[in-house]
Amino acid sequence: MSLWQTLLVAVSALTRTKTRSFLTVLGVIIGVGAVIAMVSIGEGAKARVSATFESMGVNTLSVRSGAHRHGGVRGGAGSEASLTWDDLTAIQNEIGVATGVAPEVGTGAQVMSESANWQTQITGSTAEWFKVRNWHATVGEEFTHTDVTTNQKVALLGKTVVTNLFGAGVDPVGETIRINRIPFRVVGVLESKGATPWGSDNDDRVVVPVTTFNQKIAGGLRKYLNGTILVTTPNRDATRKAKEQVEQLLRRRHKLRPGQNDDFHVRDPTEFAEAQEDSAQTITSLLAGVAMVSLLVGGIGIMNIMLVSVTERTREIGLRMAVGAKQRNVLWQFLIEAVVLSIAGGILGIAGGIGAAKYMASKFGFPLLIRVDVVILAVAVSAAVGIGFGLYPARKASRLDPIQALRYE
Amino acid sequence: MTAIMQTRGLCKTYGEGALAVHALRDVDLAIDTGEFVAVMGPSGSGKTTLMNILGCLDRPSTGSYALLGREVASLSRDELAEVRNGTLGFVFQNYSLLARTSALDNVQLPLLYAGVGTRERRARATEALEQVGLADRLSHHPGELSGGQQQRVAIARAIVNRPRVILADEPTGNLDSRTSVEILSLFQELGEAGITIVYVTHEPDIAAYASRVLEVRDGRIETDHQQEPARAHVPPALEASA
Repeated sequence: MSLWQTLLVAVSALTRTKTRSFLTVLGVIIGVGAVIAMVSIGEGAKARVSATFESMGVNTLSVRSGAHRHGGVRGGAGSEASLTWDDLTAIQNEIGVATGVAPEVGTGAQVMSESANWQTQITGSTAEWFKVRNWHATVGEEFTHTDVTTNQKVALLGKTVVTNLFGAGVDPVGETIRINRIPFRVVGVLESKGATPWGSDNDDRVVVPVTTFNQKIAGGLRKYLNGTILVTTPNRDATRKAKEQVEQLLRRRHKLRPGQNDDFHVRDPTEFAEAQEDSAQTITSLLAGVAMVSLLVGGIGIMNIMLVSVTERTREIGLRMAVGAKQRNVLWQFLIEAVVLSIAGGILGIAGGIGAAKYMASKFGFPLLIRVDVVILAVAVSAAVGIGFGLYPARKASRLDPIQALRYE
Repeated sequence: MTAIMQTRGLCKTYGEGALAVHALRDVDLAIDTGEFVAVMGPSGSGKTTLMNILGCLDRPSTGSYALLGREVASLSRDELAEVRNGTLGFVFQNYSLLARTSALDNVQLPLLYAGVGTRERRARATEALEQVGLADRLSHHPGELSGGQQQRVAIARAIVNRPRVILADEPTGNLDSRTSVEILSLFQELGEAGITIVYVTHEPDIAAYASRVLEVRDGRIETDHQQEPARAHVPPALEASA
């Protein structure tokens, strides 16, 4: 008797008891569905974390002034001004792996349109900032290098600022706003970046040329750069290399002796992003683990029903043996029934899992990520569950004594 | 004639020591090809044990049993299964059909284990069902058939793999007397076609259709006599309504 014939026999036996077969595989359906949905949601969450960091420029170093030392008391990062505008020029000229360098200085300020006013964050930078931050104008234009060198009073607004000064969806390009009563011409609106990972609003900001910022808002150019120098690189490896180079350069420029603490601070967001992705990964694994347990429970359900089925069909087994079924024929029949059940459950579970993942992805705004390896794993596990939990009932059936089985009431 | 089934000193004992039950004691029996044998005896006499051993469902404790000249007492489970599949056909009192399975599929069952291909299986099962007069019931399930029809499906299943011997354990036990005669008539037809038939019954008028009657008591064959078999005549009107 061929495997194909055995399969047909198994399928016809299962379709004779459709409701029961379905209820039996429900455990596996839920188990496989849960594994796929959970992993997919976990991956989606991870992708969103990564995307958030990408949007801030995950390959971007931020260089700040270091902690100052006053007797034994040390202040926090940036509490001692040590980074100078000359350092910026040096970094721009000497860090070969950097693809972009931009200063970022800022202050809170009251901003006014003709009809409204709003407290927001003013950021001063160069034209390169848009590239370094990967943050571009959706409406209007970005300010140019010339705007920076000629101290133009132009500004780009974040979405939140536009909403609060002009109303949602209004095009403010060409309007004038006043920052600390100094008029600026609005040249563009920045694309929306949503919330930062730590919860503040990225879009609540106004970006102006750094020269204008220094002159009009900060009140004149000083020696020290009271803010951040952003150094962007093409990839994570380059980020690490750039970090070393910047550190060496600044130690040399600041004439620090070996053993002396840095008086500046280079932050590599890669590390932070990796930590965040790790924690998302941990949650994914945890969810998948819980789902695997439910798959196991589903397998036990199959074993249970197969045992009931063997007992119920004792006479059928006896008859099959009487008309010539060998032990292995009976063994295969019941084993294949269990495997067919669990694989059918696996397939329905995949459909259900993908459906659930789609729903969750659209509901929570995750990207829909179905991992093919997880789908394959789920099918493999459900087949293994069928074999593992089907073997015992099948062996039991094949070892029945034909006479006892025929006489079984 | 050569004996198709031959036993010598056949014993079957269940349990051990003081609790041992001797179901068969020293049975010597030879059944020739084409014989139509009825086995009679009260319950507990050992007739079912004898049938089980003759049917290669069970093995004797001691003694030998040769089927078609081949010693089968020492065969393995799977070898016995092959013998049952190829040489023997079974008919049971309770029909033992697979529920919710068409007559055609029920009859195909032995061929499935014989490894016969799908098309030939269908053809031979259809032929067997035609032979028992159920050509118009191929796709009916057992639940949709009368007792006599179900037993005829079982007989079709027994003959589909062209056995040499049919063993029937109380084949008419669940049937009324008219239907019983139909079944016996079918057996007589098969016997005329050269199939050896051994059946168990406890009704003397059913045993009357056999050419040889064995009476089993306390694990021994007590009487063994040849007789002129009664002809199983089925009135045409009844056959049509069955």
